Amino acid sequence: MATEAISVRIPARGAGHDLRAVKVVLHRELLRFVNDRTRMASMLLQPVLWLFVMGTGLGSLVRGSIPGVDFRTFMYPGMISMTVIMTGMFSAGSIVWDREFGFLREMLVAPVSRSAIVVGKCLGGALVATGQGVVILAMAGLVGVPYSPSLMLTLLAEMFLAAFTITAFGVTLAARMKNMQTFFGLMQMAIMPMMFLSGAMFPLANLPSWLHVLTVVNPMTYAVDPMRHAVFSHLDVPAQVDAVLNPGVRWFDFQVPVGLELGLVAALGLALMTAAIAQFRRAE
Amino acid sequence: MSTGPAVAVHGLRKNYGKVEAVKGVDFEVAPGEVFGFLGPNGAGKTTTISMLCTLVDPTGGSALVAGHDVVRERDEVRRNIGLVFQDPTLDGYLSAEQNLRFHAELYGVPKNVVGDRIRQVVEMVALWDRKDAKVMTFSGGMKRRLEIARGLLHSPRVLFLDEPTVGLDPQTRSAIWGYINELRRLEDITIFMTTHYMDEAEYCDRIAIIDHGEVVVIDSPEALKASVGKDRVQIHTGDDAAAIAALRERFGVEAAVREGAVTFAVASGEEFVPRLFAELGMPITSVSVSRPSLDDVFMSYTGSTIRDAESGADAMSWMRTMARR
Repeated sequence: MATEAISVRIPARGAGHDLRAVKVVLHRELLRFVNDRTRMASMLLQPVLWLFVMGTGLGSLVRGSIPGVDFRTFMYPGMISMTVIMTGMFSAGSIVWDREFGFLREMLVAPVSRSAIVVGKCLGGALVATGQGVVILAMAGLVGVPYSPSLMLTLLAEMFLAAFTITAFGVTLAARMKNMQTFFGLMQMAIMPMMFLSGAMFPLANLPSWLHVLTVVNPMTYAVDPMRHAVFSHLDVPAQVDAVLNPGVRWFDFQVPVGLELGLVAALGLALMTAAIAQFRRAE
Repeated sequence: MSTGPAVAVHGLRKNYGKVEAVKGVDFEVAPGEVFGFLGPNGAGKTTTISMLCTLVDPTGGSALVAGHDVVRERDEVRRNIGLVFQDPTLDGYLSAEQNLRFHAELYGVPKNVVGDRIRQVVEMVALWDRKDAKVMTFSGGMKRRLEIARGLLHSPRVLFLDEPTVGLDPQTRSAIWGYINELRRLEDITIFMTTHYMDEAEYCDRIAIIDHGEVVVIDSPEALKASVGKDRVQIHTGDDAAAIAALRERFGVEAAVREGAVTFAVASGEEFVPRLFAELGMPITSVSVSRPSLDDVFMSYTGSTIRDAESGADAMSWMRTMARR
């Protein structure tokens, strides 16, 4: 045993210290995910089921009305979003877990700003979810989506953005939550309608007006649509089929451009993260 | 480094709704001291320690830790304290070393000393050979040792230990006390701890006895024992009521039944026992004489044993637990 103590002098708090805190919270998120193989597998199972079982089944039903396009190709961007959303929410849920098992306290008594912890958590969740999405990305060829580098990079970036926003949403939810059951109940309640109304499962063209309104106010629509747009721009699809499967989002007569959609998702993500930081500050 | 007290508390109060958990306590802890907060569950120990650690805002009064105000200079206080809670706050999915690295990064420990410092604190609690194991595989005692190591990692000036040995087996308890004594030798640190084990309070330089949210007395264990002065005698007889009456009548001693035996205090127990057998006038089946312990100190200052006090304080403890959530 050493006979002389190694003395540690902690420097005053600054941007560098907060950055280290962000990095370590993020790093832990990755470590936890990599160590949890079961979770990795279970998060992938659902989208894969949807894509290959539901997609194949529904595809044989609608084949006649969408000549030249595999229905699974249509579903593909939706299933990327689904993977990313479930994984991101799950990561955010670990805050509740940490609270139940005391680890959150270790973070909250540390001399770091609350924002560093929340930012680390959101970025960590987003990275983990993106990593999970990459697995779906690798399946592109199986559903007729070309492995074009530009398409893969675009999807990767859009995935990250969607993952960040959903994790921020999850963290805001989890900030006050006391037990896992409540969180997962609420998560299911939020995710299901968001998935159904986002265009992940069926095209948003020609919907009754009440349903159209719901899809337009659903934030997830703006995460799914850019991905679909990216996929379809790399396909050779007859114009009338494209109009059915990839109609984009319209506000009254205004066709919302992809850039604005991505901007909306990013703005929402930042707003939710700010809300989460405020929640943690108040909880002190 | 300032030379003022490590902890200075003035009129510190905390109310949870109508319940006064801490009713205005005053005390100071000198640098390098091991200071014990002794009291039954629900006496206000954890509430006080939570206020000192910036986890709970005081209702009134003030507290300085390492020279910084716990309300106005929260981050400064946090940088200067180490914490070991009653409930574990480790990430079971990470290894012991990963838990410590996380802590080092979160506290901004300079990168060039992190590795060496981790090794030093982990070796101190004899867990170096288990550093790569996931914490979920650790026993309760190992977790507590790891938490102590983690609490020391950033060289805090004050280490807070909230019931550090509660729920541990006697062997682990004495090991933990070994580390704490080693620590005092090695580092320039003040230790503030709470306990409701009387025997552990003896390790402290000074003890504050707290009961019903108030500090009853503060002194060194020796001085406290001396202030009680008398020896404690316990006898078993066939008829306790008659024995108590006889003691009052023949010796002028007030006795009561405690722990199933007739118990009383006299100035010098060893000399009293022969007289007792000769003059009590009834058979005595067993007798024990003990020097005053902190238990007796607690009893003489609060009027009850620590166990009696605990059964009455359960409601308070429950309120506190609810309020902490």
